Amino acid sequence: MEFFLSRYRNLSVLLVAILAQLVLLAYQVKSNQDVRLIRVWAVTAVTPMARLIEASRSGVFHFFSDYFVLLDAREENKRMKRDLDQTKMENQYLRTELSTADRAKSLAIFQTHALSKTIAAHIIGNTTDSGAKVVMVDRGSSSGVEKGMAVITPSGIVGKVNRVYSFSSFVLLINDQTFACGVISRKNRVHGTLKGQGNSTVIVDYVQNEEKVEQGEWFDTSGDDLTFPKGHPVGEATVVRPGKSRKEIFVTPSGFQDGLEEVLIVLEGVHAPAPDGALGNQPVHLLAPPPADGDSAATSPPTPNGLSTDADRLLDRYRKIGEAQKHVYGERGSGAPNYNASLDDARKAQDAKSPAQPANQ
Amino acid sequence: MTEFSQEFSEPSRKDRVSKFTVASIILIPLAAILFQVYVPRFFTYLQYLELPLLVTVYFALMWRSPVAGVFFGAGIGLAQDSLSDHPLGMFGIVKTLVGYFAASVSQRFDVENSVVRLVLGFFFYFFHQFFNWVLTRALLGQALDFEPQQTIVVAVLNAAVAVPLYRILDKLRVTG
Repeated sequence: MEFFLSRYRNLSVLLVAILAQLVLLAYQVKSNQDVRLIRVWAVTAVTPMARLIEASRSGVFHFFSDYFVLLDAREENKRMKRDLDQTKMENQYLRTELSTADRAKSLAIFQTHALSKTIAAHIIGNTTDSGAKVVMVDRGSSSGVEKGMAVITPSGIVGKVNRVYSFSSFVLLINDQTFACGVISRKNRVHGTLKGQGNSTVIVDYVQNEEKVEQGEWFDTSGDDLTFPKGHPVGEATVVRPGKSRKEIFVTPSGFQDGLEEVLIVLEGVHAPAPDGALGNQPVHLLAPPPADGDSAATSPPTPNGLSTDADRLLDRYRKIGEAQKHVYGERGSGAPNYNASLDDARKAQDAKSPAQPANQ
Repeated sequence: MTEFSQEFSEPSRKDRVSKFTVASIILIPLAAILFQVYVPRFFTYLQYLELPLLVTVYFALMWRSPVAGVFFGAGIGLAQDSLSDHPLGMFGIVKTLVGYFAASVSQRFDVENSVVRLVLGFFFYFFHQFFNWVLTRALLGQALDFEPQQTIVVAVLNAAVAVPLYRILDKLRVTG
């Protein structure tokens, strides 16, 4: 053993280092837990510097902007932009609500909805993985941010919170390859799953070739993923073509249009509450059957138990004809009643046979 | 002194080990990692630059010690992991291997030659990205795409940056 370690010292060290990291990795994957302490230290060490750099950058930019370019116009522009963003959000909300109300004719749904509660956040840095589309924002658990919350701008969705620390969070952008969320096309109401590709465009997957999606059609969030509020814009379909089994739909995200500096984290979404109670054993409304010519039984109201079908009514009619003809069902050798006779004829024939009996017996 | 004795008096390639101050060893990798966190925020096109990898390769090449390369690569990789979104160890494993192989290669090549540095920069970037993709698929089960053409282009860019960067880092070596 000693000879082996001295002879293959470099290789042994390599194997031990790899093995140790594999064990660390396996622990995290298997237990679905993070080595939080290391991350907290690292992120906590980086966040203040990130804030400082961002503040310096924005300070220098605003200084030049204020004093050399536009003087006070920047403040006014900022205020107007904020108003415009708010108006766009409200407009989008109202349009969605109106559309929902139109389709469902349901004022109740419209009334239960309210604007999402959001919190503004600055993007202060990237992660160290050059391939991943993950950014760091300056809001963390101290501001009420939780993992899985949606991140949006007035123009569209941006991503979702993936990791939360005290004063910062990581946001997985919608163009990351591991991102997915439910979407619906605005015009044809086709459901699909939005997936990132690692570049500037995203795709909408799981849309069958038979379904209709037009180029230039907008996609909104469907709310199926329980992360994003329903009806928030996602982007415009730039390429729509049939694939092998499913449509290939490429979408340009609208949330990135104005650059990413400030985003909104949705603390409380606007999902309507899911209906309570089991779906089974619910009453089924049935219309009365159409009246048949010369058959009064068909116009009779449904039986109290609600199960009134043509077979039930036919059985009822045969039973009454049998009773009128004094036929006992199940008696051997008694033959069958004359079902061709109408019920009134059968009653008249019976009355003629027994005139002494009162009519009401 | 004869030519024969002169040849023997020069240190062999394996023995030409560079030394750095402790401050350089700590601050340079730290700067490389922080570069990846902050700079792409302002210059998006620089997000393709994998400075921690280039620094790992440089120190492993200069130290010419596979053991040092292993520990240095693992350290930078784990630090990078702690500021990324995936589990700790992904970059750690890849950069451990990069450090080991770069140090092993340095014993056979003249690593102060710019062309060699360019080629090694290109090779190790491609190896890093490919192995990272393999690990992500195999260990995390994430079906990410690997685009060889794009990776080659980015590898060339990284290699092009590596050559002048290594020249600058050469000046931080401790002589004597």
